[in-house]
Order: sequence, then C-alpha cells, then structure tokens
Amino acid sequence: MKKENVPQDKSSLENFTREVCYVKNKDGKYETELSTGWETKAAALENAWEEINRRTELAKKDCTAGKVSPIAYYLEFTLMDMSVLAGYTGFFSWQIKRHMKPTIFQKLSDKKLQKYASAFDVTVIELKNFNPS
Amino acid sequence: MSEYKHIQTAHCENGVTVSLLKQQGLDFMTEPLAFGLGSGLFYIHIPFLKVNGGPAISFRSMPGSIFNRTCKTLNIPVERKKFRSELEAEKFLDKQLDAGKTVGCQVGVFHLPYFPKEYRFHFNAHNLIVFGREGDNFLVSDPVMETTTSITRAELSKVRFSKGALAPKGHIYFPTDKPIVTEETLRNGIVRGINRNVRDMLYIPASVTGVKGIKHTAKKVRKWRDQVGERQGGLFLGQIVRMQEEIGTGGGGFRFIYAAFLEEAAEILGNDELIGISEQFTKAGDLWRDSALQMAGIYKGRITSQKDFDHAADIMVEIANAEKKALQDLGKLKLK
Repeated sequence: MKKENVPQDKSSLENFTREVCYVKNKDGKYETELSTGWETKAAALENAWEEINRRTELAKKDCTAGKVSPIAYYLEFTLMDMSVLAGYTGFFSWQIKRHMKPTIFQKLSDKKLQKYASAFDVTVIELKNFNPS
Repeated sequence: MSEYKHIQTAHCENGVTVSLLKQQGLDFMTEPLAFGLGSGLFYIHIPFLKVNGGPAISFRSMPGSIFNRTCKTLNIPVERKKFRSELEAEKFLDKQLDAGKTVGCQVGVFHLPYFPKEYRFHFNAHNLIVFGREGDNFLVSDPVMETTTSITRAELSKVRFSKGALAPKGHIYFPTDKPIVTEETLRNGIVRGINRNVRDMLYIPASVTGVKGIKHTAKKVRKWRDQVGERQGGLFLGQIVRMQEEIGTGGGGFRFIYAAFLEEAAEILGNDELIGISEQFTKAGDLWRDSALQMAGIYKGRITSQKDFDHAADIMVEIANAEKKALQDLGKLKLK
C-alpha cells in the first residue's frame, strides 16, 4: 500500500485512537502512517453489530413470550457465548442450558442467580423481573 | 522508575515486545523486527472452532509466541507467570512495579474501560504494558493507543481475569535482565526467524495452515451462498475482513509489516535479494486489500451472486499462489 492511498475514513476509532499502517513512501521504502479508519472494514464491524442487535431483539421476544429465561437474553446482550458465561459463573454449559428454561429458572436460588447477575453486571432483582429497555 | 517512553505500534503484542526490549536498552528494536524475529506471519483456518457460527481465522502465529520467540532468539531471560488467585496476581504486579519494573500483561478487552463499546468483544489476547502506579491507579501504555492512560486496580484485575477462550489468568511477563545483543546474535536471529516462518507457512502437514489454509478458506467461501445464504455468507466474509484488517494488523493481514521486516533484514544482513521478496509480500498485502473490497461488496449487499462469491475465492487462491512463490524464493536464499 502506498502512503497516499491510506484510507482516512470515519469509523468507530474516532475519539479513541488512530491506527498504525505500514506503507511505502515516495522512495519506495516502508514507513508508518496513522489512519482514522477504512470504510470497508467499518462496514464489516457495523454488520456484526447489526447481527448482535438482531439476535438480542430475538432473545428479548422469546423471553417476553416465556420461551426462554432472562439468562438467554443477557447472554446475547453481553455478547457472551457458553464458554465465556461458564467462565464467569463457574457453571457447566449443560447447567446453563438448563437454567435457560423458564420453569427451571424460576426455581433457582438467589445464590445461583447472583452468579449470573455478577457476570451480566445487573442486580438479581433486575434479572428476576425481566424488563429490558 | 526510569523514564518510560510510550511507543504506538500497529499490533499489541509487537508493541509490548518492542517497548519492553527498548526499556532494556535494545534501542535497535522496531515493530517489523520484533514481528520477523518472532516469525509472526501465519495463516490458519482453525478447524472445529466457530466464531458466531462463522469461520475462525488468524493471520498471525499463536498469541504470546512473538514475544517468546523474539526474546529467546536474542537470549533475553524472561519471567512469566499465571495465577489462580486475583489477589496473588495483584500482589505480584505491585511488587514488580514498586521495584521499578515495567511489565507486559495479557488482558481481555470486553471490560477495558478506555476501549470504545464497538470494539469490546470477549477477545482475551490483547496485550498492554503497566509501567507504574500511583496508589490504586495503574499507569498503562497500550500499544494501539496514541498516548498512555491509567486504570484503577479493580478495572485492571477484571481485565486480567477475563473469562472464555484464551483466558489470560493474570498472565504477566517481562525481561529480567539487560543482555548485550551482538550484531551476530541479531543476524542469526533474523535468519532463524525467516526460516521458521517459511517452514510454518509452507511445510506444516495440515490443510488448514499456511498457504494451504488460504485455499482451504477459499473453497469454503464458494459454498457459503448455497449453504447459509447471502446474508449469513456476507456476515462470514465480514468476519474474515475484520480478522484481516482490524486494529493490529498494520493492514493486509500483517503482510505489510512482514514486507517492512524483510526490508530491514536486507539492510542488516546486507542481502539485496530480500528487497525483491519484500516487494512480493507488499503485492500479497495489496491483494488482501483487494479481496477485502470484493468481500465488502457482498456484505454491503451490492453484489451477491454466486459469481461474486467465486470472485472473492479466486482472489484468495491468487494470494495463496503469490505467497507460496514468495516463501519458496525466501527459502531458497542462502542467508547468513
């Protein structure tokens, strides 16, 4: 990539940092140049977030309809997967899958709920009274 | 505490390596050199692992390997530790900082307070430097940032003990001695780094690594439209582009950094043939950028026919062939 071709597009890097790119200068030697972002990959990141939001909305609907427990919603909301949630709570993934069933979720002790609440950065009360904005 | 000088680099682990070694008096260290000495260039389409249901791809060698290999090849003694207990990890860090040491830490970015929300995924192989503390405030030099910053004890502990794949477990590492690196050690290190990279990219007997790995992914790209549809296929392509271009790669999936390394190596080894091979990697990097543009056309919904997926795959095959040629030429040189 030539120095003059380094993209300087608007991206989520704004107010955070500019990234270092390795580029060829006029003498054909390598040097670094700072970039504010590249639209091509900004679009990829944007798509990824749209997908996250779509999945979160879906989980919210399922939860409100009583098909899954709030754990399934917060899992999506906090971008976690089973291994991440298992790491933060100390539960096995098969236990988490069970806890995603509303009937079993109802019977969970506050002690267990607290583990989920801490992992999701919410209170037990918020977790029990599912009402996300 | 000796004066700490922040250095911004493209990639976090390169940056931590460069800064820690410069701190030890190795003034010649640069990001491309650390990357090349550590044989950082790689490609792997990780089998059986899915990220958001899509491909898990890496354009660089295993996290930690760049720092390890670079230090080892230059005979620099290193201390590294992981912890079960957060308290122990905090105590150990305090002790090193109070003794005036500068240390590298592996962290997860999801809870990293100065990262913007858009970049906060559960990615656990980020690296930063802690170079001092003022009470419970820790001075942090993050190589992808333009300036230094500070975070609290609780924040630091949280990111050092993030959970999930590649969980850092408080991983801390730093050189323990100021070695004298002779010109000869450096030259030998460069040759070794290059040869190891040629081996890793060409001769690992697996279809998912190195240049064969690139063709492996290309084959999958051709099938995605039929298998998962235009939308999902587009998301998968976006995932490749993010692995390839997101903060840390210097552009073109690290290929430009590697080309810069070969340019430096040509000068240090006094071998002009390396310049020609550096050019080949620059071309490979440019092709990766072209491939990203083609993929973007698909995930933006502008071009979504099977022909367009095929074209993206064709570019990847072209890249694989270009890199194969470059690496074979590199392997044929009698470097010393």
